[in-house]
Amino acid sequence: MGCACGDRPTSLDVGGSAVSVTAGFWLMVLGIVVAPLVGGLLTGLERKVIARFQGRQGPPLVQAFYDLIKLWQKQPRAVNRIQVVYAYAHLFFMIVSLLALLLGQDLLMILFIFSFASVALILGGLSVDSPYSRIGSQREIVQLLVYEPILILMVIAFYKVTGSFMARAAWGLGQPLIYQIPLVLVAFLSVFIIKLRKSPFDLATQLHEPHQELVKGIITEYSGPHLALIELASWYEMVFLLGLVALFWSTSWIGALILAAVFFSLLTLIDNVTPRATYAWMVKFVWKVGLGLAVVNVTCLYLG
Amino acid sequence: MSLVALSRKKSPWLLHFETGGCNGCAIEVWACLTPVYDVERFGMVNTGNPKHADVLIVTGCVNARSGRVLRNLYSQMPEPKVVIAVGVCACTGGIFHDSYNLAPGADRAIPVDIYIPNCAARPEAIIDSVLHAVDLLEEKGRSYDARRS
Ligand code: SF4
Repeated sequence: MGCACGDRPTSLDVGGSAVSVTAGFWLMVLGIVVAPLVGGLLTGLERKVIARFQGRQGPPLVQAFYDLIKLWQKQPRAVNRIQVVYAYAHLFFMIVSLLALLLGQDLLMILFIFSFASVALILGGLSVDSPYSRIGSQREIVQLLVYEPILILMVIAFYKVTGSFMARAAWGLGQPLIYQIPLVLVAFLSVFIIKLRKSPFDLATQLHEPHQELVKGIITEYSGPHLALIELASWYEMVFLLGLVALFWSTSWIGALILAAVFFSLLTLIDNVTPRATYAWMVKFVWKVGLGLAVVNVTCLYLG
Repeated sequence: MSLVALSRKKSPWLLHFETGGCNGCAIEVWACLTPVYDVERFGMVNTGNPKHADVLIVTGCVNARSGRVLRNLYSQMPEPKVVIAVGVCACTGGIFHDSYNLAPGADRAIPVDIYIPNCAARPEAIIDSVLHAVDLLEEKGRSYDARRS
């Protein structure tokens, strides 16, 4: 670990400059309008790839959009009103965390907002009486507990390399972050899988798979338009997480895209070749391997 | 066709309920999900959750106990929804029709839209019925929209 940060400035606001008002406006439009289109297409692509893995033809690429529009037009039937509030809160905080990342804001704050989006979903799941929804929510809480330390370590490593918590500091780097914190990126893969609810960590719910041991877990009691909100939020979430991955190769567009594509392919591959884990195994594995790798990397940064 | 109508047709999510026949039809319903028949190419997903489902597939003969569950599931599905009775058991009671504890057909418990009177129903017939169901779904969706507005 050669230290490229010898002459690291101490001010918090370093690296890439703050975006101008017009650029910020267009970035926000991009985040709000284009991100769900990308997320929806990626969801469709993933289902297609899974089908091909299994020797099937699979749904059309735009299937996710059909599903969303259909759900939006269904009869709204909420179990209670607070459940609906939490569904909107989930979507809102997911969009805000994506926008904050696009605008290069403080990573700690972004993680905080992102966690709040997860908490909103959990509270929504806990606000109803269904045991399936409640068990799903409890599993989601365990997942939150498992990946949150890795995300925090990622931000610490980011700070150590760039000297700033601002995401835009990554844009001004001379060499990509991946050269200095590769192990953190590997650890982030587990967070990526947990957050996108893919096997082996699809404990709390899965949107499109016929697993039924918990019915649909945390989203069991959501239906129609409220389910559409959660589905839409999951598209923003996918783009947000791919954005975090891209941060590791922020110096070139091509590098960022390649890294995001590699992560997406790995996600689909791992989803298809692994069975579902129990939550106890998940805690053990992710904390031992994922957290272990991240700690080793951060320690090396401090020693190197 | 409007985007909404198209989406309604392209994304029928299924809920399958076996009320208690010989399970022959239930196996055939599952066969539809295998790579050979691959219903997901029509956008069908087996949800296993009445709150997410558009199409309810009933197999087997309805008795007092399963009829109660069937009514419960049906009432939890949001509008618009379509019910398909798969197999002669679900249509009329079939070979069990004169049994003391059975209702002669699922339509004694809930309104049924499409019947497949086979024993056992072939996957081709099931897929065909769901493709009829999506047209019905679109029609019901339109009348539901009219009622709502
Ligand atoms: S219709 Fe025939 S195959 Fe189907 S459940 Fe009844 S007896 Fe079994």
